[in-house]
Amino acid sequence: MRVLIPGPLRDYTANAAAVSADGHTLGSLLAELDRRFPGFRFRIIDEQGRIRRHIKFFVDGVQANDLNPTLDNVAEVMIVCALSGG
Amino acid sequence: MAKGDISRGRRATLLIATRKGLWQLGTDATRRQWRLAGPHFLGHVVHHCIADPRDGRTMLAAARTGHLGPTIFRSADRGRTWHEAKRPPAFREGSGRVVDHSFWLAPGHASEPGIWYAGTSPQGLFRSADGGATWDGVDGFNEHPMRKAWCGGDQDGTPDGPKLHSILIDPRDPDHMYIGMSSGGVFESANRGAAWRPLNAGVKADFLPEPTPEFGHDPHCVRLHPVLPDRLYQQNHCGIYRLDRPAERWQDIGASMPKSVGPIGFPMVVHPRDPDTLWVFPMDGTKVWPRTSPAGKPAVYRSVNGGKSWQRQATGLPKTQAWLTVKRQAMTADQGTPVGVYFGTTSGEIWGSRDEGRTWKCLAAHLPHVYAIEVA
Repeated sequence: MRVLIPGPLRDYTANAAAVSADGHTLGSLLAELDRRFPGFRFRIIDEQGRIRRHIKFFVDGVQANDLNPTLDNVAEVMIVCALSGG
Repeated sequence: MAKGDISRGRRATLLIATRKGLWQLGTDATRRQWRLAGPHFLGHVVHHCIADPRDGRTMLAAARTGHLGPTIFRSADRGRTWHEAKRPPAFREGSGRVVDHSFWLAPGHASEPGIWYAGTSPQGLFRSADGGATWDGVDGFNEHPMRKAWCGGDQDGTPDGPKLHSILIDPRDPDHMYIGMSSGGVFESANRGAAWRPLNAGVKADFLPEPTPEFGHDPHCVRLHPVLPDRLYQQNHCGIYRLDRPAERWQDIGASMPKSVGPIGFPMVVHPRDPDTLWVFPMDGTKVWPRTSPAGKPAVYRSVNGGKSWQRQATGLPKTQAWLTVKRQAMTADQGTPVGVYFGTTSGEIWGSRDEGRTWKCLAAHLPHVYAIEVA
C-alpha cells in the first residue's frame, strides 16, 4: 500500500512524500516502517503504544484511533501532523 | 579538556538551545568578538545541548518538535554532523507513563567515558552507557514505590511540565549522585541511582499545606561545586540555599538579598575554582509570578562569601523597562581568568561578561526563546 509521509517525518524517508509498505494492521505497518527508517515509529507512537497527541492516521480516508485497524485491501494510509501551535 | 576552558588560547563556544533550534556562538580566548553559527535542527524544540568534557568532541542535544515525540541527537565531531539516538529515553512499556521531553543532559563521571544521564518531563531518570546512542531507565528512581508521592502527578509541577533536572555526579565517587525535581525536591543516591532519599531539610515549601515537608519542594536549579563537592547550592522557588555536607540541613542564603529584589530566580552558576563565589539572576516572584527582572531593571547578583552577602552587577545591562526572563538552564560560566559569565533570555538575547559579572555586553539578539546555554 501507499503510505503518505508528512513533512516533519521526511528526514527519515530521504524526503520521500510517499513510500510503499505492507502490514496486516496499522501496528505491523509501523513496525515495518521503523525497520526501514529507524526511529520513525517513536516520533509518532509513544512508549505505551498510543498515537501521539498531534499525529493522525487515515486509512483509506477513515481516521484510525489506535494501531489495531486491519489493512487488508487498503490502498492508502495517510499520516498527518495536526496543528501544534507556536 | 575541561568544560569551557578558554585558557591557553583555546576557543570557546556557547551552545544555545532554543524553542526553535540550536545555535553556536563562538569566540577566541580574548572573548571580545563573537560569531553566531547555525541553526541546527531549525524548528525543533531543543531543551538542552551539552558537550562532553571527557573527550572534547561529543555533544548531545535533547529535542522534539511540536508534532513529533522526544529524541536525542548525538554528534561525535563537535556539532558538525548529528545522528539520532537508536533508543531515546522512554518509560517502561506498561507503566502508563510517557516521556514528553528530555530536559536535562549530564555527562557521567570523568572515569566513565560513554556514560550519560538524562532527566525528563515528567520526572524520569535515564542512563546511557554508549555515549547517548541507547538509553535505559534508572529503575531505582523510575520504579521506586515512593516516586509518585515524591513527584506528584505527571500534570503537576512547572507550567510546561514537571521536570527532573540538576543531575549532579560527585567527582570523587561515580556512585554518589544528586538530582533536583520540580516538583519533588532534591534527592541523593549513594549507589549509582539504585536507591534514593530526600535531602530537603531546611528548605521552605510555602506553597504546600505543610511548609517544611520532607519532599515536594521546588528546586529550580542545583549546583555542586567541582573543587569542593561537599558544597551544594540551590536556587529554589522559595529562596536561595547552601548545603555543606555531611550536614543534612540547607542554610537560607537568600535572606541576605536586597528586599526590593528578593531571592527568587531560576538559574544559578558557581565559580569554577572558588567555592564561595556564585551568581544568580533574580526574577519577580511576587503575587502571580511574572518571572521577569524585578521592576524591569535586570541585574545579576554575585556572592563571593558563600551567600552571606550579595553584590548587584548590572553595568552594561538595560537600566529600565527590560523585562528579562532567564530559564534555569540558561546561565553558565566558562573556565577563563577572569571567569566569563553568560545568560540567555526568553526574548532571544545572549548576554556575556568576561570579568566575572562586573560589566555586561549583549553578544547576540533576535534568537528564539532561549532554553539553555552551555560552554563547550
